[in-house]
Amino acid sequence: MYRVDLDTEDRAVLRELPLQLSRALVSNPKGEAFRRLSPPAYASDPAAEDEYRRLVGQDLSDAKVAALETLAKTADAKELTEEELDAWLRALNFVRLWLGTVLDVSEDDDADEPEDPPHILYHALTWLQALVIDALSGEA
Amino acid sequence: MPTAAPVEIKEPETTEVTDVARPWKVIVWNDPINLMSYVTFVLQKLFGYSKQKAHKLMMDVHTTGKAVVSSGSREKAELDVFRLHEHGLWATMEQDT
Repeated sequence: MYRVDLDTEDRAVLRELPLQLSRALVSNPKGEAFRRLSPPAYASDPAAEDEYRRLVGQDLSDAKVAALETLAKTADAKELTEEELDAWLRALNFVRLWLGTVLDVSEDDDADEPEDPPHILYHALTWLQALVIDALSGEA
Repeated sequence: MPTAAPVEIKEPETTEVTDVARPWKVIVWNDPINLMSYVTFVLQKLFGYSKQKAHKLMMDVHTTGKAVVSSGSREKAELDVFRLHEHGLWATMEQDT
């Protein structure tokens, strides 16, 4: 089991944000904000790409929604199983891929970035995801 | 030596044979959002790579923009891409040229 030590405000965000994403994803899966969540398998072969989407598109969408719902559902948990923490890991990544795309974040140091609430949220999620990676790697 | 009459030689239809022989490679591309430690973690988890190997592949992605992380039949490559996509990594596949 993994112990989760987060304050109430953080947990409220983890309850709400994943569900916002999963609702938005299901209603408009091809939205520009989600392009990093569904990259093409065949970048230069549209026919093969269509076939890939036909075969696994629904599974990929279901897997994302399942991880996001697990995060939301266990946002108040004091302890998580490895499976649940793995869902947190992927769900946090999906939320960051969404938010990072909307904010158009860059890899360079974030000195020039505005310190508005969305950027602060993005960096808080990055920090939390890094902690989860450490925990799952046995480096926490 | 008798001179053979010119015969039109058809191109051998080997496309399918070569297609099978040429492996597919799975490529992970650099992006500004996926954390370096996350990419390393996912490569270890999905492919059973050592931390050292996964770290080296991640550094290739980070410094050169991409890295081939696995290869094999089209079916295997497609499954690997699918698993990488399940984790939100920017993965594509293409056939060796």
